[in-house]
Amino acid sequence: MSGEPVLIAENVVKELGKGAGKVMALKGVSLTLMPGELTLLMGPSGSGKTTLLSILGCILTPTSGTITLDGQATTGMSPDALAKLRRQHIGFIFQSYNLFPTLNALENVRIALDVLGQKGYPAAARAEEVLREVGLGNRLQNYPGNLSGGEQQRVAVARAIAASPSVVLADEPTAALDSVNGHAVMALLARIAREQNRCVLAVTHDPRTLGYADRVVRIEDGRIVGEDRRPDGLDAPEITDLTKKRRTKNV
Amino acid sequence: MILTLAFRNLFHDRIRLAVTLIGILFSIVLVAVQLGLYLGSSRMITGMIEQSKSDLWITAFGAKSFEEGGILLTPRERHQALATPGVKAVIPIVVAFAEWRKPSGGSTRVVVVGTDAEEGALEPWSLVSGSWDDIKAPEAISADDTYLKHLDISGLGATAQIATGRVKVRALTHGIRSFTQSPYIFTPISRARSLLAVDGEKATFLLVQLEPGASVEAVRQDLRQRLEGSEVLTKTEFRDRSLNQWLFNTGAGVALIGGALLGILVGTVIVAQTLYSSTKDHINEFATLRALGSSSGYIHKVILAQAGLSAVLGYVLGMLISLAVLYASRNSPLPLVMTPGLAMSLFALTLSMCAISAVSAIVKVTKIDPATVFSR
Repeated sequence: MSGEPVLIAENVVKELGKGAGKVMALKGVSLTLMPGELTLLMGPSGSGKTTLLSILGCILTPTSGTITLDGQATTGMSPDALAKLRRQHIGFIFQSYNLFPTLNALENVRIALDVLGQKGYPAAARAEEVLREVGLGNRLQNYPGNLSGGEQQRVAVARAIAASPSVVLADEPTAALDSVNGHAVMALLARIAREQNRCVLAVTHDPRTLGYADRVVRIEDGRIVGEDRRPDGLDAPEITDLTKKRRTKNV
Repeated sequence: MILTLAFRNLFHDRIRLAVTLIGILFSIVLVAVQLGLYLGSSRMITGMIEQSKSDLWITAFGAKSFEEGGILLTPRERHQALATPGVKAVIPIVVAFAEWRKPSGGSTRVVVVGTDAEEGALEPWSLVSGSWDDIKAPEAISADDTYLKHLDISGLGATAQIATGRVKVRALTHGIRSFTQSPYIFTPISRARSLLAVDGEKATFLLVQLEPGASVEAVRQDLRQRLEGSEVLTKTEFRDRSLNQWLFNTGAGVALIGGALLGILVGTVIVAQTLYSSTKDHINEFATLRALGSSSGYIHKVILAQAGLSAVLGYVLGMLISLAVLYASRNSPLPLVMTPGLAMSLFALTLSMCAISAVSAIVKVTKIDPATVFSR
C-alpha cells in the first residue's frame, strides 16, 4: 500500500425503489481504498455489494453520503460529468465480460480509449500493448465468440486498464470462469494492483479469490461488518501456483 | 471506432439490414418515380411555352393552359398590341384540340398547333425528319415519332384526316410529348385555321416580342390597358397557370406528390422500426459503453452513423433501380425525368429520413441505466 487514498466513501446510504417497495440497500457505508491494493468485497446475495460497487463506480448516486474519487467529490455531479469521471478514472470488469460481439479483441479494447478521445495509431498501439500484457498478444484479431471464457475476461481486464485508470472495479470477475481461469484472472488483478499501483476492488463471493487479496471487506445487510488485511510482506502463494498452472495448461 | 461499431452493428444481422435497405430502397424508388413523373409532366405541360421565343403572351380572358386557350383573339387585338410602344412583333398562333381520324378507322384527339415558324415565335423543335419547308407544303403537318402507333400511322408520307381536312406527315419530331396524351401536330397557321374552322385572322394566342431594352413590366401594363378583354401574361405566369391547370386542378399533381409523401412516410417508418429494433438488440452494448464512461453524444453518434450508413447504402441501391426505371420509361408517353438537383434532393431526403428515423432509437438509449450492466 502506498500513497493517498484513491476512493473514499463516507456514510453512504442508498435507497432503492419507491413507496411500499422501498428498500434501504446501503445503510451508512464508509470505505477507503488505497492504490496498490487488491480489495475483495464479500458478502451474501442481497447484502448490497453490487449497489456499493455501482456507487463507488459513479454509476449510481448515493441517497446520502459522499464519494470522493481522486480528490474530487462526486456529490451533485450531472450524469455526463459522472460519465466523464468514469472514463478518466475508473476501469470496469463485469461478470459476463460485456464485450462487444461484433468487435475483435483489439477493437474491444480500443473502444474504451475511443470514448476517452484517444484515436488512431497511438490508441491501437496501446490496445495491443495491454492485450499482450494480459497474455493475449496472439489473439488480437479474434472475436469474443472465438475466445474462451478466460480469454474473454482477460480482454475485459485489458479494456479496463487500457486508459490507465486509478481505480479498477470488478463485479464477480471469476463467477463465470472455471477454477484455472478464475485463478488466472485473480492473479492478473493482483498484479495490476501491486505492479501498476492501482486500486482494485473486486466484488465476489468466490472463496478461491481470497488468497489474492490484500484486504477483504465483508458486507451484510447494507453494512460493512468486518475487514481482514493480509499481513505486510506476505506473498500470495496462489500467484506462484497459478504461474505453474499456466505453464502446463493453456488457459 | 464510431463508424466501425455502427457498421458492425448494421452488418451483424444481415436479414434486418436487408429489411432496412429494402425499406429505404422502396421509399427512394417510389419518391424518385413520383417526383420524376411530376418533373416529366411539368416539362410536357410547359414545353411549348418554354420553347416559344416571346416575352409576353396575350390570351383570351381566363385561358386555362396552352391547350385550352378559350375564345379566339381578333386581328384588332393584334393591331392594338402592335401599336404599343416597345413591342417589336406580335405573332399569332392557333392551338386547339381536334379529332384525328386514323387511316384504319377510329379516331383520337390531337392538339393542332398552327404557327408561322418564319416569325420565329414558336416552331417545332427536335425535328428528326423533314424541315419547316416540308411542313409548308400542301396538306403537310409534323407529328412526333413517339405517337406514331397512337396515331395509327407508319411515319413520313402517311396520310390521315384532322376534322374534315386531309393531312400528310412531312416531318417528324422526337420527344415532343403531350401531358394530355393528345399528340401535338404542327402545321402552318393558315392550314390550322382551315382545319379548325377558325375565321379569318383570329388566333388563340398572340406572342409578343419586345424591342431591345424595353421594360417587360411597363409594356405589359400598357398592353393591359389597351386590351381590356384579354390577359397579358409573362412566360412564367402562363407556365405556372398551365401547370396549375393540369397538375392541380385535375388532381394529377396532388396524386404524384401524395405518392411521394407516402414513399417518404413508409421509408421513415420502416427505417425507424429497424433502427429501433437494432438498438434494442444492442442495448446491453450501449449500456456497457455508458458504464465505461462514454458520453450520450458518443452513443447518439453510433446510432446516427448506423442511420447514415443505411441511408447511403439504401440511396445507392434505390437510385440504381430508379435509373433503370427511368431508362425503361424513356420512350413511353410519360417518361420520368431525373435531374442532378432531384438526385441531390433525394439524397438529402434519404439522410433526413434516416436521421428522423433514428430519433426513436436515440430516445431508447437516452433512457439506458448503466447500472444494468451489473444485473446481467
